[in-house]
Amino acid sequence: MNATLKSLSTTLAAGKASSVELCQDYLARIQALNVSLNAFISVDADKTLAEARAADALRASGQGGLLTGAPIAHKDIFCAEGWLTTCGSKMLSNFISPYDAHVIERFKAAGMPCLGKTNMDEFAMGSSNETSFYGPVRNPWDAERVPGGSSGGSAACVAARMAPAATGTDTGGSIRQPAALCGITGLKPTYGVVSRYGMIAFASSLDQGGPMAQTAEDCALLLNVMAGFDARDSTSLERPKEDYARGLNQPLAGLRIGLPREFFGPGLVGDTAKAVEEAIAQLRKLGAETVEVGLPNSNLSVAAYYVLAPAEASSNLSRFDGVRYGYRTPEYRDLTDMYEKTRAEGFGSEVKRRIMIGSYVLSHGYYDAYYIQAQRLRRLIANDFSAAFQQCDVILSPTAPTTAFKLGEKTADPVEMYLSDIYTIAVNLAGLPGMSLPCGFDARGLPIGLQLIGNYFDEARMLGVAHQYQLATDWHQRRPAMEGDA
Amino acid sequence: MSLSAEDVKRIAKLARIRVNEDEVVAYQSQLNGIFGLIEQMQSVDTAGIAPMSHAQDLFQRLRADEVIEPDRRAAFQAIAPQTENGLYLVPKVIE
Repeated sequence: MNATLKSLSTTLAAGKASSVELCQDYLARIQALNVSLNAFISVDADKTLAEARAADALRASGQGGLLTGAPIAHKDIFCAEGWLTTCGSKMLSNFISPYDAHVIERFKAAGMPCLGKTNMDEFAMGSSNETSFYGPVRNPWDAERVPGGSSGGSAACVAARMAPAATGTDTGGSIRQPAALCGITGLKPTYGVVSRYGMIAFASSLDQGGPMAQTAEDCALLLNVMAGFDARDSTSLERPKEDYARGLNQPLAGLRIGLPREFFGPGLVGDTAKAVEEAIAQLRKLGAETVEVGLPNSNLSVAAYYVLAPAEASSNLSRFDGVRYGYRTPEYRDLTDMYEKTRAEGFGSEVKRRIMIGSYVLSHGYYDAYYIQAQRLRRLIANDFSAAFQQCDVILSPTAPTTAFKLGEKTADPVEMYLSDIYTIAVNLAGLPGMSLPCGFDARGLPIGLQLIGNYFDEARMLGVAHQYQLATDWHQRRPAMEGDA
Repeated sequence: MSLSAEDVKRIAKLARIRVNEDEVVAYQSQLNGIFGLIEQMQSVDTAGIAPMSHAQDLFQRLRADEVIEPDRRAAFQAIAPQTENGLYLVPKVIE
């Protein structure tokens, strides 16, 4: 159950296990653990096993690829034909998707069976998985704590070894922050590398899908499947195909790692600060050099984000009106009454707050002061990164200011919750690739995440740094003790 | 800046979300907290900085004006709340 995708690939290729057998094992583990963790919204063993049988047939015919037969869980934000696709919301609690997202098509074509759809913050709005209509996910390291969000179910299921890998999406940190809080590895690609077609939209200029797994090597293999041009996403980039695993064995000698002084200030304390310092020392031992860089406008990234993301969300979520699909209120007087009640009943309070912020900042008389000012700050934040990358090859920081916090600890104050993403949000605003990997534990035994930020399209190098670190450390191999485990 | 209860009701109306009086009170306090965070933006002089709407310099791709998608109306309407003769049904808008 501790197997990486890479080792499952070897097992399958050697004929030591079939995809059906692997899927049965994972489905059994999901059944045993999901009652307590709530990491999955939908599981459908018949569908999974049908895909596993097809994968075994594909391998038998000699047409399988590297990952054919290895299963994966998908965040419930990805439309998958015939699967309930809720996005964590009551609004889509009856939505059986009639089509596949591009990412789902890619994994199907690779012959990777879907183990189920994972729980998430409603419409990906949250940093703790507590805004889900389907209830919070529990952190496998401590059931009283949150897994992070919004891809909390994906992070928790990989940490608890209910799946060898999962997909996630990241608008302000939603892959990296839960990966950090659950002790796994997760990557947000450069904006435009992974198609957003069929990925339910939150903030379209920031949303990006990516892989979550135990190791950087597995993330590279998954990104090879996920990435690629798709004409149905108008922001999908037409670039030559690349092998994201090509830099994994690159030694770190001469690598310049930038340390932003703004991220190593007084806000960084305790065990997180210590673990990150030790990770830096380890990377230096592997031959990397460090250089101090500045990201002077990064302190305004959360403020700018909470204008831009809600503005885009208020527009994207206007499609949920009870007319064409999803929830419709049972009783209404007229069309406006139907819209207002459908949306009041179908959306949870965090989603409503963000739609209202977005509606306000885009309204007449406020547009320049908020929306345009935020877009100008976005430019300054992106320029800071460009300047920093003149001096370094990758940037390093903590992923999150704290380890996993308690359920209910931050739900009363939205602003406090938003500050969980202070180290990750600037990366989305600039459109850069970023990842989180495990780098230690705090005194309570909770995992700590290390963030790497790459220059545009520099995923392969960033993954190489992470892989070299993981060859020298074993933080990524630690897993939580689950009930029933030997 | 501080939002009044009337502002909250107006925003909810713009967003097509029904709110009751208790919710107005809660949203007013939460939204004002969030705008307190957002106001930090005003501390920076951004005169002369071009707004950045997107991470990449993109242009709108165009395609030939040809039918490329199959007709899947039945599949899409099968999941609609209410349809009739291939049309989506909503409450009467014009008398």
